[in-house]
Amino acid sequence: MVLTATTVFASFIELGDWNIVLALTIATIKATLVVLFFMHLYYSTKLTKVTMIAAIFFLFLLLALSMTDYLTRAWLTNPGH
Amino acid sequence: MATSDIEIAEHALQHHFADMDQQKESSTFGMWLFLVTEIMFFGGLFCAYLVYRATYYQAFVEGSQTMNIWLGATNTAVLICSSLSMALGVRCAQLGKTRMMVVLLLITIVFGFAFLGIKAIEYHEHWTNHQFPGPNFQFEGAEAAGVNPQNIQIYFSLYWAMTGLHALHMVIGIGLVAWIVIAGWRGAYSPDYYSPVENVGLYWHFVDLVWIYLFPLLYLISKKHGG
Amino acid sequence: MATAVQVTVETENYLNNGYGLKSWLLTKDHKRIAILYLISITGMFFVGGFFAMLIRLELLTPAGDLVSSDTYNKLFTMHGISMIFFFLIPSVPAVLGNFLIPLMVGAKDLAFPRINLLSWYLYIIGAAFALVSMVMGGVDTGWTFYTPFSTTYSNTHVIGTALGIFIAGFSSIFTGLNFIVTIHRMRAPGMTWTRLPLFCWSNYAASIIMVLGTPVVAITILLVALERLFHIGVFNPALGGDPLLFQHLFWFYSHPAVYIMILPGMGVISEVVTCFSRKRVFGYEFVALASIAIAVLGFLVWAHHMFVAGISVYAALVFSLLSYLVAIPSAVKIFNWTATLYKGSIRYDTPMLYAFGFMGLFTIGGLTGVFLASIGVDVHVTDTYFVVAHFHYVMVGGMVLAYMAGLHFWWPKITGRMYPEGWAKLSALLVFVGFNLTFFPQFVLGYMGMPRRYHAYPPEFQVLNVLSTAGASVLAMGYVLPMIYFLWSLKYGKLAGPNPWNAVGLEWMTPSPPPTHNFDETPVVTWEAYDYEHQPDEEVTVGH
Repeated sequence: MVLTATTVFASFIELGDWNIVLALTIATIKATLVVLFFMHLYYSTKLTKVTMIAAIFFLFLLLALSMTDYLTRAWLTNPGH
Repeated sequence: MATSDIEIAEHALQHHFADMDQQKESSTFGMWLFLVTEIMFFGGLFCAYLVYRATYYQAFVEGSQTMNIWLGATNTAVLICSSLSMALGVRCAQLGKTRMMVVLLLITIVFGFAFLGIKAIEYHEHWTNHQFPGPNFQFEGAEAAGVNPQNIQIYFSLYWAMTGLHALHMVIGIGLVAWIVIAGWRGAYSPDYYSPVENVGLYWHFVDLVWIYLFPLLYLISKKHGG
Repeated sequence: MATAVQVTVETENYLNNGYGLKSWLLTKDHKRIAILYLISITGMFFVGGFFAMLIRLELLTPAGDLVSSDTYNKLFTMHGISMIFFFLIPSVPAVLGNFLIPLMVGAKDLAFPRINLLSWYLYIIGAAFALVSMVMGGVDTGWTFYTPFSTTYSNTHVIGTALGIFIAGFSSIFTGLNFIVTIHRMRAPGMTWTRLPLFCWSNYAASIIMVLGTPVVAITILLVALERLFHIGVFNPALGGDPLLFQHLFWFYSHPAVYIMILPGMGVISEVVTCFSRKRVFGYEFVALASIAIAVLGFLVWAHHMFVAGISVYAALVFSLLSYLVAIPSAVKIFNWTATLYKGSIRYDTPMLYAFGFMGLFTIGGLTGVFLASIGVDVHVTDTYFVVAHFHYVMVGGMVLAYMAGLHFWWPKITGRMYPEGWAKLSALLVFVGFNLTFFPQFVLGYMGMPRRYHAYPPEFQVLNVLSTAGASVLAMGYVLPMIYFLWSLKYGKLAGPNPWNAVGLEWMTPSPPPTHNFDETPVVTWEAYDYEHQPDEEVTVGH
């Protein structure tokens, strides 16, 4: 619990050149701790764990497959683009 | 009513379940499934955020400068503390310490209101600075930074939509916790039957989780000016 | 089975356990909720059918002379919205699934009966929003609500309709949630996953899609409404917004949605084909896993609706390849049902006739879907009547026929009465002939280039359009007849015993109609699914 509190402070002490990866990594660590221990996922049935993993996976699908469009639009220049 | 723990559990057992274990497992699994839907619900907004941040990064930087990082960080701490009090409250329900549970849940509610209050202050400031998308939108210094102010409107559209949806979930969460407080005070829960407390706790933690991601994504994009 | 089964209607069952409006509107019994849904979605079906009738009437002549262009836009929009969101998506799950899943797994009710009732109320409120919007002038954006027309330029009741769909979406989510928990946690002793009826597997797979996909369309529609109300312009091109983002988010749900619609129908077909071949389904595990595969793969293909919308060619290639893959599990099911027929003892009762229709028409619809997965073909026929014919073949030729098969198959269980078999066979014939006459010409029309959503067309397309409208009239008769004879059967139909079809399954071991609590004692399952070898194949004497 204390660890979660300190990461809040750590995340805004380092102002200046921000790296999104670092910010999201800290957020994910916080999130994982909340899910595992506050929400007792660590102590839950396998079914619940699989359910959560499935949710993250499908969210990832939404984000990743949409990005296949946006990241590759510039690759092929067509007349008129 | 001085009912024993067992009697409370028996009273709460619904007729279509074979026993309390099945009921508890089912209701907890049901709540997790509901949280799955919430993840996908917010997920659509996160997808929009991802797409536009990749496309209009500079505009997002500019928009993010107007966020008050101290208020945001305070709110993050407030929510994490509220999750702590919530988790401890659930633990008390599990141990049958009803008075302590009610106290901890009330503390959770107080934290919840604190969050909403700070958010209201932030909203007021953004509103008076014309940082709400629409015909009245204004943003000085955009051209100086080489950014199309229209794109900054997209940042703010996402800001208001995401934090607004989150705040709505907070309000619902406070209502749910209040319901648990009242029911708990009336002796509805016992170590054999406390799954409503646990499930409301799951919901509350989820709302906290969303904020844990919203904070860096909206507030911490790039601190050019510092502070 | 003794012919002297004197099941009188007076024995205590879920229908006569409590009379009065309140006992129905506040019920927690999954069977009563299923009936409530049956009435509601039938109403919405005829609303959608009414718009279809107007569309087909307009298309009798090449000129746009029956209605104005704006009105025509509203007609096809409201036809699509009523049929998709308020009929097809709830149909089998909310009616048959609600009624049968607890019976099939051996439980007394679904896991969350009150949420089940809430689910129905949400449906009603959503439908009310949509109907009021329709009456007050309608909406003309197409059921797909593409931006920026829907967010900025349309002058119709977008928000009201969008809210209606949003609310109905939560109805769907709660139904799916209920099914998943029930199937995981409330199976009777001995009812292992591999003994579950395939109807349960199919509804389970559809429920996974409901839970994962519906929230995304919910937030997308909410954003459209917010953009119209508060100018929160996430999709507004003037601000740099991308209309294609809307389409990505919309189709992320709406493609899997078509699998929400078809999977439960496939579940019905599994039950009907096995019963009327008196044989265990061929390759049970493959059919079960195919359902899950359809659900998962269905999430990976959505941008095939956007091939010509402006997405990158490389993304289009990825989605095209994935779209080919999703056809495979569906084909596996068709092969397995056909193999089930082999050396089976076939009976040609009405449910089986509809099942045969399904297998043929769904195959045509599915294969034309594979044509559309090819980007080259799609560029030629997209937004033409070819696509319209494709999805009507799978949705109507597939899903509606499966729904009819299920209604007829389980009608005796739900009501305790048999429908009149002669009239039912006639209706099935009318539906089959009418359907093909309506929609096969549309494949040709589309290939020849007639665009969809247009109410005026070049004169050389008229003959095929007239054929299509004629077919629609026949099809309509095929839909109206069951309304009449089902209602007639409630009072005058022959009393059905517990198992008029001699089928295998827990639901057939209860009285017809079942008692409120389903089972007097929790059943213990010791037999495999579709155990027709050990089920005596006696002459069905009750009800014919």
